[in-house]
Amino acid sequence: MKNVLILILKRSGASLITVFIISLIIFIGVEALPGDVAETVLGQGATPETVEAFRKELKLDLPPHIRYGAWLNDFIHGEFGNSLANGRPVAGLIGWRFGNTLFLALSTAMIAIPLAIILGMLAALYRNTFFDKLISTTTLSFISFPEFFIAYILISILSVKMNIFPSLAVIDPEMGLSGRIYAIILPSLTLTCVVTAHMMRQTRAAIINVLASAYIEMAEIKGMKRLRIIVLHAFPNSLSPVINVIAVNMAYLIVGVVLVEVVFVYPGLGQLLVDSVAKRDLPVVQASGLVFSIVYISLNLLADILSMLSNPKLRQSQI
Amino acid sequence: MNNLLEIKNLYLEAYYEEKWQPIVHDISFDLKRGEVLGLIGESGAGKSTIGLAAMGYARQGCRIASGSINLDGIEMFNASNKDLRKVRGSKISYVAQSAAASFNPAHRVIKQYAEAPVQHGLMSSVQAEKEAIELYERLFLPSPDKIGYRYPHELSGGQLQRAMVAMAMSCKPDIIVFDEPTTALDVTTQIEVLAAVKEITEKMNKAALYITHDLAVVAQVAHRIMVLRNGRLVEMNETRELIKNPKEKYTRELLNVRSLRENKTIHDKMDVILNIKNVAATYTGDKNVVEDIDLTVRKGRTVALVGESGSGKSTVAKIITGLLPANNGSIKFLGKELPRKLKDRVKDDLRKMQMIYQMPDTALNPKQTVRKVIGRPLEFYFGIRGKEAEEQIRQLLVDIELDPDHYIGRLTTELSGGEKQRICIARALAAKPDLIICDEVTSALDQLVAEGILDLLQDLQNKTNMSYLFITHDLATVKAIADKIVIMLQGKIVEQGAKKEILTPPHHEYTDKLLASVPEMDPDWLDNLLEKRASTFI
Repeated sequence: MKNVLILILKRSGASLITVFIISLIIFIGVEALPGDVAETVLGQGATPETVEAFRKELKLDLPPHIRYGAWLNDFIHGEFGNSLANGRPVAGLIGWRFGNTLFLALSTAMIAIPLAIILGMLAALYRNTFFDKLISTTTLSFISFPEFFIAYILISILSVKMNIFPSLAVIDPEMGLSGRIYAIILPSLTLTCVVTAHMMRQTRAAIINVLASAYIEMAEIKGMKRLRIIVLHAFPNSLSPVINVIAVNMAYLIVGVVLVEVVFVYPGLGQLLVDSVAKRDLPVVQASGLVFSIVYISLNLLADILSMLSNPKLRQSQI
Repeated sequence: MNNLLEIKNLYLEAYYEEKWQPIVHDISFDLKRGEVLGLIGESGAGKSTIGLAAMGYARQGCRIASGSINLDGIEMFNASNKDLRKVRGSKISYVAQSAAASFNPAHRVIKQYAEAPVQHGLMSSVQAEKEAIELYERLFLPSPDKIGYRYPHELSGGQLQRAMVAMAMSCKPDIIVFDEPTTALDVTTQIEVLAAVKEITEKMNKAALYITHDLAVVAQVAHRIMVLRNGRLVEMNETRELIKNPKEKYTRELLNVRSLRENKTIHDKMDVILNIKNVAATYTGDKNVVEDIDLTVRKGRTVALVGESGSGKSTVAKIITGLLPANNGSIKFLGKELPRKLKDRVKDDLRKMQMIYQMPDTALNPKQTVRKVIGRPLEFYFGIRGKEAEEQIRQLLVDIELDPDHYIGRLTTELSGGEKQRICIARALAAKPDLIICDEVTSALDQLVAEGILDLLQDLQNKTNMSYLFITHDLATVKAIADKIVIMLQGKIVEQGAKKEILTPPHHEYTDKLLASVPEMDPDWLDNLLEKRASTFI
């Protein structure tokens, strides 16, 4: 157990360093954006003097490394600054939207992960049969379409034609849980279609990989049922790759769903990020970028730790 | 007495080269309660396939083509999966060759024991675990009440193998199929498992099929022996009769393997090729895995480095070749002090010391032809290419007794295990070395093939006066080929000397145990040994 703790500490340290490097990249990237905030905010009619004064007010006249240091220091202390576009605190802007993004991602994960794993197990159980091919073809077709396309198809069928779910996922802070869930059903379904295939294919492949092991043959020779072998003998040993692919998809659900948010006009962090880039709202862009990368890295760290704990050999190693 | 198992005219097929082809032809035998039938043969003889077929099971890519498998009145050929499942594990069970691979790493050992009886509806899991502990005790597993609650990786190979024998007993089946249960074990651990097998079959009155490639092992447990070759029956007879009067030539060959070769004298005046003194090394940086290693190899002679797994014998080879730099002591080779690290050594030092490995499959590049494999050292060490290289490659192939016209252009993957090992030898020879380190070169090969390799190595030594450092755990090989024996235990040399000295008493305590553990071609050997041990313990 001590060994595992040391390993976890090491990984966490490495993750921290990665976050630091990414913060640097984000800062440099934002610096490199063409155009000027002051000019964009003040409009074309502004005189050079007003622009200059505004730059000074925003401390844009200071050298980059000092601004970077100040920004990072503020970020660590939870101080995200104010939006340039409307002067509201960035923390407030991001907080609510990040909550929305997490809500959509978790709801989707709660449908998609069990669905993917069950389908993957069934595909492995009935591999090379019609059923297996049907699952593979269907899920693969879904990832082959662009996600906005799936979104519009779902809207046209379930919302426009059948009128069951709302086509816009509009939510506000006062809504109750059931209202929120009702509102996000369509985006959630869209995302489920997008992420299930990947996880299901990995589950199927990982299980089939394990099925060639001697202990699977042993279970068969002990007279165990096929389903029991898949679920109890093969699946626990194929957890590691499955956990990893789940983490990647979870990260995608949080970080990469801008298109779906735009289609459903869902107030998530992705949409805010895109809007803010367009408006040159640097504090918001930097803060959301860093929040995204922290989420991404944390999920990968979590996947590493979980797949380590899923292996009794690693879990129990002593020294 | 009625037959428990009757197999009649069994044919098995495997799917390769895009069609079903027969691999086992017309096998018939029967098995009575309390009887052990030994199946013996080399790899590809079809013994495991037959053992599994007795359970109505065929591996992926194989199928039972025709015949009858009657298990206590139930016909297993073409039975439904549901009926087969009912019988498997409960009436007939299986002990696999590698317990380490056949236990599921994700579950505790005792849970895997309990799985079959609980799922077959024979008892509750509490009852099953209680019985498991009793069996563990009977099979002499240490702390039987606790050991089952560990994960498989926390048990040693011998312990796991015994836990697997116990697991096969969990539903109190009528028949157990033992598939090479001791092949992966050290000789001293093999005894424990053999004793467990004997305990089960004799005292609990079970019938068993015992599959192995080692005639001396099967002679200890089987009442009758069936000799198989290429999926066909060679001969079947009572154990004692088969050993005393083998009818077929193939059986006689199996009986005669590992005959002693010429005895070469070894004395102090002969040229020393390799002399290592006081060498130690570590993998982790703190604890030495081997220590105080003193070793001398003389010109034209073979030194055998013997020990069980984990004794550090392969580590010594790594130190000599520089793959693992020593942290103490000196390595003198051909009168010159060698740098400890591989990358500090000059090309000519590397050339003079060659290695042959245990697994010829992984030691050869599967994408290269024989010509390329053997030609590489010629080019690398001597700069020989083109026509001259071709001639030398052909000569080397003649030296290793392979027909140059037939083999030179073939890919290494198209060769059999023995042929591959010969190519590895040719590759080592091409460098014209003074010393060849042979790391378990025969352990992955069938007995008769291994025999051929040992003959070849001996002939080559007589012709070229090379020296060998032979690393092995197989004492039969040592007896056959060594001039000098070095015995290792837990990273230290416990005894070394000329072959005759080591093999004649008095021995070091560990040497004695090691030598006594090698099964002899005598059906009473195991009983005598166990009796002797029991009496010395009391």
